[in-house]
Amino acid sequence: MALGKPRKEARVASLTESPAMRAGLIGLALVFILAFIVLPLLAVFTEALRNGFGAYLTAIEDPVALAAVKLTFIAAGISVPLNLVFGIAASWAIAKFDFRGKSVLITFIDLPFSVSPVIAGLIYMLLFGAQGLMGPFLQSMDVQIIFAVPGIVLATIFVTFPFVARELIPLMQEQGTEEEEAARSLGASGWQTFWRVTLPNIKWGLLYGVLLCNARAMGEFGAVSVVSGHIRGMTNTMPLHVEILYNEYNMVAAFAVASLLASLAVVTLIAKGILEWRYEHELAAIPR
Amino acid sequence: MVIEVNQITKRFDAFTALKGLSLQVRPGELVALLGPSGSGKTTLLRIIAGLEFADEGRILFDGADAGERHVGERRVGFVFQHYALFRHMTVLENVAFGLRVVPRERRLSNHDIEKRVHTLLSLVQLDQLSGRYPSQLSGGQRQRVALARALAIEPRVLLLDEPFGALDAKVRKELRRWLRRLHDEMGLTSIFVTHDQEEALELADRVVVMNHGAIEQVGTPEEVYNSPATPFVYEFLGNVNRLDCKIKDGAVGLWGSKIKAETQDGRPVPSGEVAGYAYVRPHDIEFVEGGHALAEPAIVRHVAAAGPTARIELALEGHSNLIEAELPRQRYLELGLKSGQSVMIAARAARVFPATFDGN
Repeated sequence: MALGKPRKEARVASLTESPAMRAGLIGLALVFILAFIVLPLLAVFTEALRNGFGAYLTAIEDPVALAAVKLTFIAAGISVPLNLVFGIAASWAIAKFDFRGKSVLITFIDLPFSVSPVIAGLIYMLLFGAQGLMGPFLQSMDVQIIFAVPGIVLATIFVTFPFVARELIPLMQEQGTEEEEAARSLGASGWQTFWRVTLPNIKWGLLYGVLLCNARAMGEFGAVSVVSGHIRGMTNTMPLHVEILYNEYNMVAAFAVASLLASLAVVTLIAKGILEWRYEHELAAIPR
Repeated sequence: MVIEVNQITKRFDAFTALKGLSLQVRPGELVALLGPSGSGKTTLLRIIAGLEFADEGRILFDGADAGERHVGERRVGFVFQHYALFRHMTVLENVAFGLRVVPRERRLSNHDIEKRVHTLLSLVQLDQLSGRYPSQLSGGQRQRVALARALAIEPRVLLLDEPFGALDAKVRKELRRWLRRLHDEMGLTSIFVTHDQEEALELADRVVVMNHGAIEQVGTPEEVYNSPATPFVYEFLGNVNRLDCKIKDGAVGLWGSKIKAETQDGRPVPSGEVAGYAYVRPHDIEFVEGGHALAEPAIVRHVAAAGPTARIELALEGHSNLIEAELPRQRYLELGLKSGQSVMIAARAARVFPATFDGN
């Protein structure tokens, strides 16, 4: 008995944590989130509003800042739809068909994740820059890519390339091709099958991929920094503008623009939350 | 509709799934494609449906080549193994799908579509669940929705891939009877794939036994069960005892009787002495009185007497494997068999094949 008792207790303890242990683990996670995510976010907003709301507005209404906001939206507005289309096409091909070179394609899709964004920017410099491979040709055609909006868009596309595809490939692989086959056997055309069966099945994963893609497109710094040339009011996106303001010790303005970026991220998250919540209701209410 | 499968060959890379296979399905027939996994039965069904295309050979629907037409143009009702219901659509929308994707000029009005769907759902006894989503249905209900959906396009032929595979035993039995009734009422030519011999034998008008991408035997359930054409069919359909034996000049002496050996493709049995297998069904083993000339001594090793038939395991001299006999409960009680007892057995029926076939 004396031997049996402690052994039994040890076994129970190994199956369920004690209340203190549970509270400790939860607390640790909360402290982590607070220290590394919530506090910095709050700091951004307090710094931005340090000299009052008026100063905050002035910093944001500065034409140069507005130009940066506009450019960021243009870059995201072009790269996100393109990557959306590409992501669906690539994951469709990978998940629903077997072909030679499939694993190579998957590796290439992952490439932007494994390559440093600075290198991505440099690649475009080497390709399209004045001294680059295609530089003379582009100059003769009077097309400017580097130090201009096209270069920024290209760099953004490169770094946000994998988000949608990465989100969709596992989802589509898990769903298989049976529903598509069923749709085809019932007489649906390829387009009908896509719009009525495939897309509704992947829409939540797709949305999530697009949100992530958008967040990254707006926040990208490294790759864009290399190709942008930092021309104020012309080729500065919001993250680049924040850096310039910060380097000029213009703290309030830097944090004001940074707070805009942070707000975009928060809005993105809230949008995602609302959509998920609505989706749950949609299922629960069983619409006709 | 008559379906003719003509010398179909299908390869997946190095693997040949179907080897020049031919089959004819008559109008209104319910045919089972029966075989172990990897025998090519699902591939054959998918080729008939147009979900897969053959490398060689032709598929004829009522004499017309269907080979170039893809699945949507063949008007086949296909019920998938895991039903493949559209998970984001209600039962009603699932069944209506095939009617809604019709080009506008031929499409029924919304009202007519819903009327048709409700008729179909009543047919499969699910009308009250039309607003549910597939995830809210049981396996048997999903199966019936899948069937209603396939029937909605008024198919010329109904193809079912392992229709009862994912259901538990009780539901399976009910659905099986129900499907047979439905088939008889609608008179639709139907083909279903199964690896369950009981299902094939109970449900089908004709059974196609497949192995390694080829047909072993085609026949009524009675034919394939009672006169298997090949050793494979013998072993695949029902229980059977396989005994090693020596074929001498085309025949074998088994337990006192002389049995002529046969080959599955009608070639003559090799002359001289060759190794062979004798097949005896458990219920074809008789227990006879001692001193009977046509009998073999055996020892009872184990008796399982629960249920209407008793299963007796017997040890035979010169055979390492135990053999199994089955007899009605009444007969078993009369004989009063017990473990360890010495008995004399005889075979009511047995068949012998030379042991030169693949897979043996």
